[in-house]
Amino acid sequence: MAVEYSPYLFIFVLLVAAGLFALTPLGLAWLWAKRFSPRKPGPDKNAIYECGLESKGDAWVQFKAEYYLYAIIFLIFDVETIFVLPFAVAFGGLSAGAFVAMMIFLLLLVEGLVWAWQKGVLTWK
Amino acid sequence: MDEGLRSELSKQGVFTTTLEDLYNWGRKNSIWPLGFGLACCAIEMIAASMARWDLARFGAEVFRPSPRQADLMIVAGTVTKKMAPQVVRLYNQMPEPKYVIAMGACAISGGPFKQGYNVLKGIDRYIPVDVHIPGCPPRPEALLHAFMTLQRKIDEQALTGAQRPRHLVAEAPSEYPVPEFGEHDLEPPSNPAVWQPPVLVRGE
Repeated sequence: MAVEYSPYLFIFVLLVAAGLFALTPLGLAWLWAKRFSPRKPGPDKNAIYECGLESKGDAWVQFKAEYYLYAIIFLIFDVETIFVLPFAVAFGGLSAGAFVAMMIFLLLLVEGLVWAWQKGVLTWK
Repeated sequence: MDEGLRSELSKQGVFTTTLEDLYNWGRKNSIWPLGFGLACCAIEMIAASMARWDLARFGAEVFRPSPRQADLMIVAGTVTKKMAPQVVRLYNQMPEPKYVIAMGACAISGGPFKQGYNVLKGIDRYIPVDVHIPGCPPRPEALLHAFMTLQRKIDEQALTGAQRPRHLVAEAPSEYPVPEFGEHDLEPPSNPAVWQPPVLVRGE
């Protein structure tokens, strides 16, 4: 008599066993706490900050986000070079469409350069 | 369970225990200390947790960086009056059951800096201390002895009844008042609920 063999049944059994393995101690701990140890919340215990000091002020503060300027300048002066060099090497064999596409790309970056220049980012302070 | 019956059963090879013993056995062998040191005693505390003295033998090597996960506070070092409110607040933030070891002469009494205007003369003025270790600084062996003393203390704690420890009593406080940094001293200078100094009786 051939017993029908289902490999997925074992996976299911193991899944249930794993779930019980994780949940049973949690359940027991919960029941233990219910039965024996009373809850004791308090202002210090419920405080957000836990390093001994009292937290001051609000968490909703504004940070000065200036890093994006460096990212844009990096894109214009460094990343652009990586694209322009192969473009210069392969210039002779390029089609008109590829040339126009490259020019549009350069225009976008130059636009960024003009914007940054006008904003005064390039002057050393 | 009857003690005679238990010993009779153990002679027959049947090991019996109570829920209370099992609970205390688990707790006493997994005391997680709060990882914070105040002065030179902390170096001895660190040495005790390292390979040579190996605090892991007591299940207590897991120094927690957060009071929310710690069972034991080792006050290792001089408690200045500026630091005392923070120590009490950290103690308040620990979940019950929580224990305190005051390590070293400074933590138990102010030690060699007792006369200093800025030194708290013992952390037991504000929080209940379970084990005091003298020494300046105490050697790691002394800290291990304190651990064993604390384990014995935990082992004897009752789960039910009038003698049960503070953390099982719903009315008992879990937080202790945090002293304020006043004009001349900490206010209040001590917590009378945990610290009753012996009254000095001079001759008649």
